[in-house]
Amino acid sequence: MYLNQFLFLAAILFAIGVYGVLARKNGVMVLMSIELILNAVNLNLVAFGTFGRNPVGAVFALFVIAVAAAEVGVGLALVIMLFRNRRSIDIDEIDLMKG
Amino acid sequence: MFSSETFGVDVAFSVIAVVMVVSAVRVVTTRNVVHAALYLVMVLAGVAAQYILLASEFVAITQVLVYIGAIVVLFLFGIMLTKAELGISNDLDNNAPQKVVGLVVAVMLAGVMGYALWDKWDTTKIDAMNHTVAELGQTTPQISDSIFSTYLVPFEVASVMLLAALIGAIVLARRD
Repeated sequence: MYLNQFLFLAAILFAIGVYGVLARKNGVMVLMSIELILNAVNLNLVAFGTFGRNPVGAVFALFVIAVAAAEVGVGLALVIMLFRNRRSIDIDEIDLMKG
Repeated sequence: MFSSETFGVDVAFSVIAVVMVVSAVRVVTTRNVVHAALYLVMVLAGVAAQYILLASEFVAITQVLVYIGAIVVLFLFGIMLTKAELGISNDLDNNAPQKVVGLVVAVMLAGVMGYALWDKWDTTKIDAMNHTVAELGQTTPQISDSIFSTYLVPFEVASVMLLAALIGAIVLARRD
């Protein structure tokens, strides 16, 4: 069981998530892509925790899960508020602060 | 990979990894919002399975409870409340040039990270087969010992942060 097999899988998931953030314009889809990125990071943390025979990797992964839950809650509240005000959740239409 | 003593683990890893990558690609390319959420469930379940392979059962169970149980349901509520088109929609992606830029960035990122990982960890093995789960430091008592001693302050900060996020989400989403 190589360490690298988990790290490569996480790197590929991370890259797919980055593509999703850049290519999607629907707000909910962007949040889903961010979840992919956070899961890739968690996989790295747990893989290194097992590799180093140390519970710290799992502890940090649990903290990341808590932060991800808070992020999705606030993010979806923002998306719903955006929909209420503009009848659309296309994030490229939010350009009021564009110079 | 595929050495005799870890054959079963390697086969399980390969199958789950292929399912995860295909599902992740479908999450970012499908034109149906609800399908994207369901493919996300496949990816999250695959991550939980990889945690099991890494002997980290508590994180795996938390992954299933929090991600598949709560966050995906939250996503489905978000999809319904924003009155998304439930069938195929052509209005989810940016225009073609932006997608090409996104693809180039993602491929370059994967290339750079892959090269760095290969350079540093090329034949490093996780020596999980010759150790018990307790020796790997991944049992639930060991994790809770760590959280409630060394990482007690971050744990309390995380609970305050969850409270703040809860209040923030209610304030943002309520009608007044």
